[in-house]
Amino acid sequence: MAMTPRQRARVSRGVQYTVLVGLVALAAGFADWGLIEEQFFQVDIIRGMLPDVVTTALRNTVVYTACGFSFGLALGLLLALMRLSSVGPYRWLATGFIELFRGLPALVVFLALSVGVPIAFPGREVPGDVLGIATLALGLVGGAYMAETIRAGIQAVPKGQMEAARSLGMPYSSAMRSIVVPQAFRIVLPPLTNELILLTKDSSLVYLLGYTLSSVELAAYGRETLNQENNFTPLIVISLSYLVITVPLAVVVRRMEARAERAR
Amino acid sequence: MTEPQLDRTAAAIHVSDLHKSFGHNEVLKGIDFHVDNGQVVCVVGPSGSGKSTLLRCVNRLEEPTSGKIFVEGIEITDPDIDVDKVRSRIGMVFQQFNLFPHLSVLRNLTIAQQRAKGRSREQADEVARRNLAKVGLAEREDAYPAHLSGGQQQRVAIARALSMDPDMMLFDEPTSALDPELVGDVLDVMKDLASEGMTMMVVTHEMGFAREVGDKLVFMDDGVIVEEGRPVEVLENPRQERTRAFLSKVL
Repeated sequence: MAMTPRQRARVSRGVQYTVLVGLVALAAGFADWGLIEEQFFQVDIIRGMLPDVVTTALRNTVVYTACGFSFGLALGLLLALMRLSSVGPYRWLATGFIELFRGLPALVVFLALSVGVPIAFPGREVPGDVLGIATLALGLVGGAYMAETIRAGIQAVPKGQMEAARSLGMPYSSAMRSIVVPQAFRIVLPPLTNELILLTKDSSLVYLLGYTLSSVELAAYGRETLNQENNFTPLIVISLSYLVITVPLAVVVRRMEARAERAR
Repeated sequence: MTEPQLDRTAAAIHVSDLHKSFGHNEVLKGIDFHVDNGQVVCVVGPSGSGKSTLLRCVNRLEEPTSGKIFVEGIEITDPDIDVDKVRSRIGMVFQQFNLFPHLSVLRNLTIAQQRAKGRSREQADEVARRNLAKVGLAEREDAYPAHLSGGQQQRVAIARALSMDPDMMLFDEPTSALDPELVGDVLDVMKDLASEGMTMMVVTHEMGFAREVGDKLVFMDDGVIVEEGRPVEVLENPRQERTRAFLSKVL
């Protein structure tokens, strides 16, 4: 018996819902709810983590990420302009830098700065303690990614904008600064916000640097409490803390993308 | 090095044996051309004839491959010339308007005055408002380009160029991207400019404008100037076969 397209669509949708409900029911049936509550949702442990998890750990995560992102953004803009430069060595330098730091795991960069620098330059270390290394490492990694995004944004600004500015007698640097770059940033705002989300998560690598009561961020704080309590609840708490930062950012990105879509 | 002397008695634009190639494609094949002070010269021709490239060479948006261009007696093809200074004396209007979409209308008109001419905000605002009034858009100084019609955008673009107090204006098909009912407003502004004695070089398909306002009509085809003369004569009695063929298609 042949079905009309509408009937076929309805059957297909019905099958999809059935599969979904089935999977959820299966998971719920296999789970030991008592054990889960005991291991993952201990109210006492949650209470014990407050307010430190917010006032210290979450705060430090935000600070490391913000510092790393700011440095990375400045570095990314510089690298993007170097990539577009008419001076060959600038282009090569920027390309080499970008490929290096895009290719290396953030973990390696953190280790190189914290362990490698004191070995390579005896008696010296990256200034600024944990915050200094975190800013530098996150900035180097984030900057390499953002450079390519910003370069694409600059190239997406119509050529006529630069021509119009130059034909009014504005010098290249001035036209770039006040005409092209501001428009490029509007274009790349969504991908840059995504980069901010990625850096928020990469900031967990700061735990490699060791930590004190005042410098601890979410991931290290979570591990520490996990070991003390011998219970998974801290993991849930810090997961939610990360989501408190990243989900609103993701919503903002989606809003911006929708708006850009409408403006088209 | 002595500063080259501006000579306003010389031809506004003088082009001599200009060649321009993009790769192996020779777009301009030896152009000799001049625009006198206060003249309105219209350049017409089929697309790909090199007329826009010629216009863009005059303010060095394109680098000529060989040949010389003088603007008010100064050789602007000299590699030592300060090209920004040259450009601030030459207003340019584009087919696609090229307004700065992230800036208000007023800011579109003031930013280059401040960055390139070193005017204060107050001075720049005053000049901008005067020129907006001139193109009939004094009311729209706070609008953003996206909120204006094509015709209004092009008039803002003309006001933007005028705000640099140029000695001459270049128009690159200024009405080609406009809906037909909006063309008239832009042409009216250009006519006003011409009647004030502005030196203008206009690449256009508007034969009516060329006939009415132009002092000289230049017909280009395949990278050379085929014919030039008074617009009425060229339009009504073309001497060259290629001119005749082109005009029979567009008139």
